[in-house]
Amino acid sequence: MTASILIEAIQLLIVALAAPLLVGSVRKLKARLQGRRGASVFQPYRDLRKLLVKEAVISENTSWIFRFTPYLVASVMLLSSLVVPMLTTRTPLGFTGNIIVLMYLLLLATFFLALAGLDAGSAFGGMGSSREMIIAALAEPTVMIAIFAIALRVGSTSLDEIVRRGADDSLLLLNPGHLLAFVAFFIVALAETGRLPVDNPATHLELTMIHEAMILEYSGRHLALIEWAAGMKLFLFLTLLSNLFFPWGVARTLEPLPVAIAFAALALKVGALAAAVAILETSIAKLRLFRVPELLSGSFTLALLAVISFFFVR
Amino acid sequence: MTLVKKIWTTPVVTEPQGVIIEDAQIEIIARQIDERARKLFGRSLHIREVDAGSCNGCEIEIVALNNPYYDLERFGLHFVASPRHADCLLVTGPVTRNMADPLRRTYEATPGPKLVVAVGDCARDCGVFAGGYGVFGPVSAVVPVDVVVAGCPPTPPMILSGILAALEKREQRQVEITQQ
Repeated sequence: MTASILIEAIQLLIVALAAPLLVGSVRKLKARLQGRRGASVFQPYRDLRKLLVKEAVISENTSWIFRFTPYLVASVMLLSSLVVPMLTTRTPLGFTGNIIVLMYLLLLATFFLALAGLDAGSAFGGMGSSREMIIAALAEPTVMIAIFAIALRVGSTSLDEIVRRGADDSLLLLNPGHLLAFVAFFIVALAETGRLPVDNPATHLELTMIHEAMILEYSGRHLALIEWAAGMKLFLFLTLLSNLFFPWGVARTLEPLPVAIAFAALALKVGALAAAVAILETSIAKLRLFRVPELLSGSFTLALLAVISFFFVR
Repeated sequence: MTLVKKIWTTPVVTEPQGVIIEDAQIEIIARQIDERARKLFGRSLHIREVDAGSCNGCEIEIVALNNPYYDLERFGLHFVASPRHADCLLVTGPVTRNMADPLRRTYEATPGPKLVVAVGDCARDCGVFAGGYGVFGPVSAVVPVDVVVAGCPPTPPMILSGILAALEKREQRQVEITQQ
């Protein structure tokens, strides 16, 4: 019992504390690839600390949704971190939600963020919200189908079960459907977390931004919460990608040693994926908004093929 | 593949921050800034650029701050898209009649504590545009200014030291210069 509570607390702390470090590391690596020195990897912590003590300016035209959203978004991310199997396949609160619940929890945060973007009534906020909704609507079927591709093989939508089966039976990972689903899920993860070919996290041009356009009106502690939540979302997606598709090193008991190994494995896997994201963002340009549906439908096709392949390749 | 090769063969081009202070060019307005705010901004400052009627000469120099050579980001400085996200307004150009009100409103939209850095001769005293029928006045006529960076246009190192001067205490800075 104590071990269960402890493991949940550790998961929560990992997501909450490591998320800014992850964002900082991606930025640092990108800067190095661009021939710059870049800010320290701890820069996001400094930004958050500064934002927390700054004044929060709130437009007088906004409703309660605007003030409520940052807290909702941050708590949704913290809640999700309790369900995702991060270190062990025996996530104590794993029974409360499967992967479908998780995806719709994340969508709830997206939905409220889009509402908050509309709330202040600024032109860019509305534009960002409409774009975010287009992308969310296109990404959602892909997420679900990519998930079904894995769930069909395992015979369960429980995250713990999927990771456990993958860790037990490594032949499962060599399946073509598995690889197709990985590529599909990776593209969707980039779209959902607002990374480069879909949205540019470093842009300052209002006409090209999506996620940032929705949060233009936020300041002070509200902005800090939203930035923190965005970092946690990236961390959660990279954790899902690494543990669902490469469940190496994930502990199957709650003993200290396997958990420590799982922690090191998680750091390595998420670090590798973060490096992949940074290299990808340096080597490709942002897609024109009207070409984003093409990318996402390509990812949808891959996910569909992954499901179909289940019926042919056992 | 060529990109990877290029990345490996290109060194970091960012220049170390040398002694780039031309003291006469940067005046610090004796406005009391909260000591806590200075400490807070020391490692993280988000900048919003406001063009109040500039000829875009200063903007070209400001854009250069973002390139790998000057790499503003390594000091924890960062350009942002909204005054709500900003800690510092970087104002260029003589304030024109049309931009006086937007500038004032931008200042009001910025959450405190905040800094204002006026960049260029025009921002200081309207430069060659002084007395023009469309010109409202220098930046200090509209919003309180902390640091003025002179020059037409000022070089990127001057703008950078202007921003850093707004952050640091004057005395500390002079001590650093004499040590170097």
